[in-house]
Amino acid sequence: MAMIECSHLTMGYGSQIAVEDLSFSVEEGDYLCIVGPNGSGKSTLIKGLLGLAQPKSGSISYHGVSPREIGYLPQQTPVQRDFPASVWEVVLSGCIGSGGWRPFYTAAQKDRAAEMLRRIGAENLRGRSFRALSGGQRQRVLLARALCAADRLLLLDEPTAALDPGASAELYDMIDHLNRRHRVTVLMVSHDLASVRRANKVLQMATSRAFFGGVREYFESDALRRLEGGENHA
Amino acid sequence: MPETLREMFSYGFMLRALLCGTLVALCLALLGVSLVLKRYSMIGDGLSHVGFGAVSIGLVLGIAPLAVAVPVVMLAAFLLLRISSSSSINGDAAIALISSSALAAGLIVTSLSSGMNADVNGYLFGSILAMSSSDVALSAALSAVVLFLYLFCYHRIFAITFDEAFGRATGVRVGFYNTLLAMLTAVTVVVGMRMMGALLISSLVIFPALTAMRVFRSFRGVVLCSAGAAVFCFAAGLVLSYLYSLPAGASVVMVNLAAFAAFSAVGAAFHRTC
Repeated sequence: MAMIECSHLTMGYGSQIAVEDLSFSVEEGDYLCIVGPNGSGKSTLIKGLLGLAQPKSGSISYHGVSPREIGYLPQQTPVQRDFPASVWEVVLSGCIGSGGWRPFYTAAQKDRAAEMLRRIGAENLRGRSFRALSGGQRQRVLLARALCAADRLLLLDEPTAALDPGASAELYDMIDHLNRRHRVTVLMVSHDLASVRRANKVLQMATSRAFFGGVREYFESDALRRLEGGENHA
Repeated sequence: MPETLREMFSYGFMLRALLCGTLVALCLALLGVSLVLKRYSMIGDGLSHVGFGAVSIGLVLGIAPLAVAVPVVMLAAFLLLRISSSSSINGDAAIALISSSALAAGLIVTSLSSGMNADVNGYLFGSILAMSSSDVALSAALSAVVLFLYLFCYHRIFAITFDEAFGRATGVRVGFYNTLLAMLTAVTVVVGMRMMGALLISSLVIFPALTAMRVFRSFRGVVLCSAGAAVFCFAAGLVLSYLYSLPAGASVVMVNLAAFAAFSAVGAAFHRTC
């Protein structure tokens, strides 16, 4: 049973088309890597999946989850770099969507935040200041926050963009662990081919769909070659 | 000293200035934490300049200055927020453009009607005599609203300040809260402007948050310290201005600067040892 199903999805702003006639589906327990050059519609697709932008045509249907039940890990912003917040405050803020109009967090929400910190092995960071953490630790904390919002489906937007190779590998291990051990469905936008090998499915975008299928077929297909040929890495 | 203080507050205008000032300082400090962290500090500055323009025009037209300034500045807050958050325009340059134009319009209107006089001086640099008892009531009501917002939406304010994208994804109405913060800042700036001065009021937005951030490492710590520092610095600045016959607004800014320096030193020493 598909958890998320996009069929003939077209999205864009004004007359600009960012995503065109895109169809793919995500099954429960999948680890889907979304790749593609800049401007291929990845960010627009993310907005669509989160319910923050409406499709021009086609549809996104959710089965057993809602767009609000997606644990989102956005790209880091300059604001966060020296933001005064404790790790606990950051993780707890993942519960914000489940609070309704209550001004304070409930004991259950606090338990959940503590559990998610444990799950990513960062309970020792709880009282630390977010801005004093290393890049890898920050991403793990933000992962815990995303899990507080939703622990069945994660949407990660280039989670290793600012990390060195060692920290990237650690974060990928953590995501693997969540996917295998805790059966978290993972959607990950990535520029990093190392991460693609860990996924079980790949969606390559070029406004419309350039490739969708299993990882093994992806590495045998010529979609990958087109991606590498088309992207100019300085 | 106690004798002097008793004498100081036997003047009605001093008591009103203290009441209004501490309440305005408290509100701006709370709102300022989010504005500074979201890189919107310039909005406070822009709003006070627009406020000066609006108040001058109100005076010339013979309308109560607040009746003109409050809606105009709220509109400006809405516009400035849009400018700051859209990446297509050069945000800080646009704000500087609006500020200086509003300031210029205010100066021209005032000099055409009455010539440059003490009024302009008072509006630009503040006057301790400016607060009436209706201002006391207004600032009390305003701070009640700001405190209520802070208590009941504290976690949402944290969420939108820390990470708008995540907040939006979890269903927090980010645009609504941003606008609310800017509107409340607008009204508070207008109320406090006549006492602190159009050119000095934005220090009440920026200083307490920056001071608190020198030492505190959690959001809650920064918010509480910022509120405390703002109230203390305002009261201390007012007393100093009375004791040494200094302009009130400028004294408050200098006390804030001293507090910032002191907290920077404490922060540097503290964070080197741990």
